[in-house]
Amino acid sequence: MATAKMNFFERIYLPEIAKGLAITARHFGRNMYLHTMHMFGLAKDQDAMVTISYPEVRRPYPLVSRSRHRLTKREDGSPKCVACMMCATACPADCIFIEAEEHPDPSIEKRPKHFDIDMSKCVYCGFCVEACPEDAIRMDTGEFNLAFFDRKALIYDKEFLLNEDPYAVPTGAVAIQKKS
Amino acid sequence: MIQTIYDLITGPTWSPLVFGLIKTTFIMTIVMTSGLILSWVERKQSAIMQDRIGANRASILGISALGLVNNLADALKGITKEDYIPPKANKFLHTMAPFLACFTATAAFAVLPFGGEIKLPGMAQPIALAIAPMDASLLFVFAMLSIGVYGVVLSGYVSGNKYGTLGALRASAQMISYEVATGLTLLGALMMYQSLDFRVMVQWQQDHCWGILCQPIGFVLFMTATIVEMKRVPFDLPEAESEIIGYSVEYSGMKFMLFLMAEFIETLLFSWIIVLIFLGGWHLPGLHMPDPGQSTQWLGLSLGYGPVVVIETLAFVGKVVFLCWFSMLIRWSLPRFRYDQIMHLGWKIMLPIALGNVVLTSVAILFWPK
Repeated sequence: MATAKMNFFERIYLPEIAKGLAITARHFGRNMYLHTMHMFGLAKDQDAMVTISYPEVRRPYPLVSRSRHRLTKREDGSPKCVACMMCATACPADCIFIEAEEHPDPSIEKRPKHFDIDMSKCVYCGFCVEACPEDAIRMDTGEFNLAFFDRKALIYDKEFLLNEDPYAVPTGAVAIQKKS
Repeated sequence: MIQTIYDLITGPTWSPLVFGLIKTTFIMTIVMTSGLILSWVERKQSAIMQDRIGANRASILGISALGLVNNLADALKGITKEDYIPPKANKFLHTMAPFLACFTATAAFAVLPFGGEIKLPGMAQPIALAIAPMDASLLFVFAMLSIGVYGVVLSGYVSGNKYGTLGALRASAQMISYEVATGLTLLGALMMYQSLDFRVMVQWQQDHCWGILCQPIGFVLFMTATIVEMKRVPFDLPEAESEIIGYSVEYSGMKFMLFLMAEFIETLLFSWIIVLIFLGGWHLPGLHMPDPGQSTQWLGLSLGYGPVVVIETLAFVGKVVFLCWFSMLIRWSLPRFRYDQIMHLGWKIMLPIALGNVVLTSVAILFWPK
């Protein structure tokens, strides 16, 4: 590939360097002015930077984005899940473990005794949500910040998946913390 | 009582010692903190230029002081890290190299003035605002900077690492070839000032015009050459921390930080020199130093001796700060040169232009002796 031939002014560098410096200096001046104004509580509608101070501030995520699972509830608070094993069958990562038991209500066949998702294996494909005939599992919590010091903490159980508190800590993590 | 003490310290016996100590403390404080301050400036300024927020997470009791605490944390980290000397390295020289790099940059400040002379009541001799002003100040500075090459060469060579040695060779080749250009670019200005003493240079600029106006080519060339001498982007080939390995590869902890500190001290040093040689030092257009007790007119204000001294000092500091800012601006705007481009620029472009500038200046001096 032939390089474009530079003309004289481009070859002596200086005008081009001056142009580049003008761009960066303009950014500096604008942002410095805005930072100073923000200090006095002025011009709040203009941003001096594009940085988002994660984790205090979070970018709004699109509604279709898939995040950590949750189990939906019936009106009485029990899980909608009927332990049909469709999600566990559909899961390509094989990370859903369900143990079924008899449901006290004779009109409902089964309910899960255990419903564990190993988040360290999950690939966030969303097949479990697609497979569910009861709309019992969803991936709409907006939470994907899963970081723990122990892999066991990443196995989310039924109680945690039913919990609607956004600041809830997974049961496994609590158990590990208590042990140590 | 107070009068007696004042008489004693301004008397001929004690005044050199007392004011020497005061001046040394003043300069050393500025130079030693400049590493801290300039690394903070570099971080924050680059962040602001690039629409980022910059380092702001470290804090003491919830006070992050606009990110300054981050630099304290860095210093703490540097001090507490393992100080590793490779088994193949020469222990004495390996330890000495960073100190040599830092020392030469610091020692050059001994001759740099930060103001003209001030006269205190009751003192026969005016106080020169420099630690040890001498006639050959500029030569002293250049001598110190030349010794600075040793710090870099030693650090790579004695650490017993091939990459370190290669980095040191790159650095020494770059610094030595640009030393020629640095000296020659200043030659035009020196021919006009007819002195190597910074105070005489500033006085000349006060009487005639600022160096940047008489010597625009010299200014641009010297500015470029100083960035090469400082080994900063866009000429940071010796280190090039992002892809090739430089001379400081076998250094850790505070010794490594000393190299960074030397770089920042040199930034301050060169800004200082450029202000003295090309930007009129502490001189402001139209402002003249009155005799003590007299006053002068400036911008419609009537100023006494004291205010003028303060204004001139502030003007000097402002110019130095501006040049530090400008050097950071260059550092965060331009991409790095290739090695052959640096050598091409140094030997085939800057050297001939500097020589041409000398000829041009000689002709100008010959025809217009003023």
